[in-house]
Amino acid sequence: MLTYIGRRAVLAIFTVWAISVLSFAIIQLPPGDYVTSYIAQMASMGSVVTDEEAANLRIQYGLGQPVYVQYFKWMRLIAQGNFGMSMEWRRPVTEVIGERLWLTVVVSVAALVLTWALALPIGIYSAVRQYSVADYLATFVGFIGLAVPNFLLALVLLYLGFVLFNAHIGGLFSPELQDAPWSPAKVWDLLKHLPIPALILGLAGTAQQIRIMRANLLDELRKPYVVTARSKGLPERTVILKYPVRVALNPFASTIGYTLPYIVSGSIIVSLVLGLPTVGPLLLKALIAQDMFLAGTIVLLLGIMTVIGTLISDVLLVWIDPRIRLEET
Amino acid sequence: MARVDVALGPASPSLDGGHPAADERAQRIFVASQWQLMWWRFRKHKVAVASAVVVLGFYLVVVGADFLAYADPNASEAQRSLMPPQRIHWFDGWRFAPYVHGIRGVRDPQTFKRVYRADPDQKIPIRFFAHGFEYRVLGLIPATRHLIGVDGGRDAGTTIFVLGTDLQGRDLWSRLMYGTRVSLTIGLLGVTLSLVLGVVLGGLSGFYGGMIDTVIQRVIEILRSIPTIPLWMGLAAALPREWTILQVYFAITLIISLLGWTELARVVRGRFLAMREEDFVVSARLVGCTQMRTIFVHMVPSFMSHIIAATTLALPAMIISETSLSFLGLGLRPPAISWGVLLQQAQNVQTVAISPWLMLPAVPVIVAVVAFNFLGDGLRDAADPY
Repeated sequence: MLTYIGRRAVLAIFTVWAISVLSFAIIQLPPGDYVTSYIAQMASMGSVVTDEEAANLRIQYGLGQPVYVQYFKWMRLIAQGNFGMSMEWRRPVTEVIGERLWLTVVVSVAALVLTWALALPIGIYSAVRQYSVADYLATFVGFIGLAVPNFLLALVLLYLGFVLFNAHIGGLFSPELQDAPWSPAKVWDLLKHLPIPALILGLAGTAQQIRIMRANLLDELRKPYVVTARSKGLPERTVILKYPVRVALNPFASTIGYTLPYIVSGSIIVSLVLGLPTVGPLLLKALIAQDMFLAGTIVLLLGIMTVIGTLISDVLLVWIDPRIRLEET
Repeated sequence: MARVDVALGPASPSLDGGHPAADERAQRIFVASQWQLMWWRFRKHKVAVASAVVVLGFYLVVVGADFLAYADPNASEAQRSLMPPQRIHWFDGWRFAPYVHGIRGVRDPQTFKRVYRADPDQKIPIRFFAHGFEYRVLGLIPATRHLIGVDGGRDAGTTIFVLGTDLQGRDLWSRLMYGTRVSLTIGLLGVTLSLVLGVVLGGLSGFYGGMIDTVIQRVIEILRSIPTIPLWMGLAAALPREWTILQVYFAITLIISLLGWTELARVVRGRFLAMREEDFVVSARLVGCTQMRTIFVHMVPSFMSHIIAATTLALPAMIISETSLSFLGLGLRPPAISWGVLLQQAQNVQTVAISPWLMLPAVPVIVAVVAFNFLGDGLRDAADPY
């Protein structure tokens, strides 16, 4: 078990490293460097950056040195908690991102929880009542969920909310609580606004999970041990929930690692459509303004967040699946 | 179909011979080629067949976009901004003679918005195979014929707008036709690139195993655990602003395919692993075939069908990626036209509430994705007919 978790942890570290290289590439790709865009930025506001200041900035960020040296300098700054300055906001990147990152986590986790809460019972039901009306309905909704890109779904729901109820269903807070400090009322407000974005983000994942759960359970239901359990006279509910569902749960759980990156990815673009105060709109704005330190940091943090989430799900998986626990390799 | 049922059930009694008719049928199956068996199997999946027709239709639009469009997709006209779709009257009295009413734009004196009113007295007949703007068939032969059109010039009062116009007064139907061409070819190109990467890397991984396999598998795992959209956004935003449409087009294709090859590599690796120990591969090796020959002459043809199925299933993801990127303004940029670029106009709820037809480009996106998914499902089921 420890070897398994250890292996996943090593892989996670490699993943974080790969993400950091990619984020660094994003920072490096556009022509010019941070200082040239900074000078241009200041010039457009009427102030002048002296050559000395420019040189100091270049030394601070190690610009003009070989790329790998710059990468290590960037890494060292990050290790000290200094993610650089946002050019557009002229504040440290950490301050700009602030609580938006936590709201991204909240939205993603809510979507993940909703995915499971919906997929598990629906998947079990459509396997037990195979070819019933509800089964067909679940399959149909599942296909729609897989086929409609989530930003289009958000757009359609937003439109319907606007036309039918004349209500704006986007956002995570009511306007009056938007800038208020955190309080129980604000948390409650957040919880009230969460279901719609969570549903939009989770629908594709839910559809996939229902199909996986249904297929797994259908395989298990035909096995002799189910017949044995039934012939012992156990009530049907116990027969289903106690044995085959437990077995079918394992492959179902192992897909969580692929669901999370998908949800985090989707949250970026859905946030833009629904106007959620997550890092999504910030990232787009940063990319368009070529505010590369901000953009790179967001990509890096999102990546790390996903890796941690996946690692947690791996550990959970070991906990529920004894076969992995006992595996030696 | 009885014949097919026999093909699907090797254990069925008719295969044992005896009855002459059944014997003949069984003979047919034994001599049928692999592709023939797959076709019989595929034909049974009715939804997949219907999806194949839809996909074929989409690619006909790709080829004939110029012919199906009736207006220059980039011709803008402030006088007919945000015009709603026009109703087509198919019958004039009892005669089949489609026409539309002329439309007059007036400015509302209170809201200063342009409103359009149909003029019931003015009938504009729709002509089939009419002359319109000039284009080149397959980029070669100059032509001016279009499926439909109207007489006379392109004056705002006398043209047709089947699906209305956008903010700049450009015809949505014609733009949709051209957008289909771009969106579907970008998907096809992207999937081709992914396929090359997937087959080469998956093949290496499955054929050699060992160290190479471990490394490639870890790389795939890492790529799959990274949220892709932020990465695409970052890479796409780094494209120089001054690039031409064509350059951006290929760059976006490359970005999408670089991150999309993992699933294909997984399928190819699985097939290689399953086949490495098969008798025919071992004997090919024993008679002294080179590795290249073993792979490309003996192994690849036997899992070609699986690759085709996996490719079809990978296409929808490509289409959605391009649409998402362009929707955000980081993919293709106007004056290029794609489904995502068209949907960009629908970003604002207020705009959509007033002009809901701007959301129409979502329809082909969804239909195409569903059709490719079903087609891929059917192909995957048919890929192994034995």
